[in-house]
Amino acid sequence: MTNASVERATPLPAGTRAPEFELRSTPDQTVSLAEFRGRPLILVFYPEDWSPVCSDQLALYQELLPEFQRVDAELVGISVDGVWCHLAFAKDRNLHFPLLADFEPKGEVARAYRVYRTKDGTSERALYVIDANGVVQWSYVSPVGVNPGADGILRALENLGKE
Amino acid sequence: MSTTQWGAALTMPVSEERDHIQGPAEAAVTLVEYGDYECPYCGAAYPIIKELQSRMGERLRFVFRNFPITTSHPHAEQAAESAEAAAIQGSFWQMHDLLYENQRRLRASDLRDYAESLALDVERFDREMAEHAHATRVREDFMSGVRSGVNGTPTFYINGARHDDSYDIETMLAALERAAA
Repeated sequence: MTNASVERATPLPAGTRAPEFELRSTPDQTVSLAEFRGRPLILVFYPEDWSPVCSDQLALYQELLPEFQRVDAELVGISVDGVWCHLAFAKDRNLHFPLLADFEPKGEVARAYRVYRTKDGTSERALYVIDANGVVQWSYVSPVGVNPGADGILRALENLGKE
Repeated sequence: MSTTQWGAALTMPVSEERDHIQGPAEAAVTLVEYGDYECPYCGAAYPIIKELQSRMGERLRFVFRNFPITTSHPHAEQAAESAEAAAIQGSFWQMHDLLYENQRRLRASDLRDYAESLALDVERFDREMAEHAHATRVREDFMSGVRSGVNGTPTFYINGARHDDSYDIETMLAALERAAA
């Protein structure tokens, strides 16, 4: 493992207003942060479609969609890959949640969320839980090669319910 | 890759009543696996576990819990349910072994063949499979894994602490012996 991959970005902390975005999820559809107002949103930044860790991580989240839906939370993935790549990846891996293309300008949204890796040209493996008012309630950056699992997300969603 | 900075721990303690267990309750060390019957890495771990059991004997207690990732493995859920259906008839480990020894043959008809070969009450087996009678139990295992930091399969816990190192025989044996000491 190189030093570059050990260094991790510091994500936007809890309490920060989540930066707005509007990205393509398919060749003719876009998804914006504003659409999720009123519901918690899980934002999953991952380095690249097809990479082994990303595939396992997203498959796990797919399995957990019913748990997320139980608390009315939505899940979206974001990487710098383009929409056609996302479509092929989602189809191959049976992923049924939006994958957003942070493709042009490349990594702009990842930068806004402070999780862009300039050296690699991809984002960190980062998780955000954004509340119904569009405020970051939890954020986490995992080492790029480590699947962060879902217990942190579930805990963050439970804490939302307590407020 | 070692990822020990996480320090994840088993949130659902091992239960002699609920869990599928090989080895004595008073064993020096308990190894819990969260596994998926269709996952090739779990398949690779299967003979390793057998070897660990043969080397450690009564000093090792082994527990298997379900973690089917159906998104990647379309037969994993029914395979997990079939092992639970066999468990109700006292044949969990026989079915568990058959599934790992036949990972590429996990269609419904294959599972039924295994039930027959174990001389289970196949009518009951069929009914429980059709009704997904054991889906709740499988999901309970799965969620307990998620809450314990399982992020893929297989994931192992040694005396409740997640084993984040490799699961080759020597690494595992050393970790188990350390925990048993």
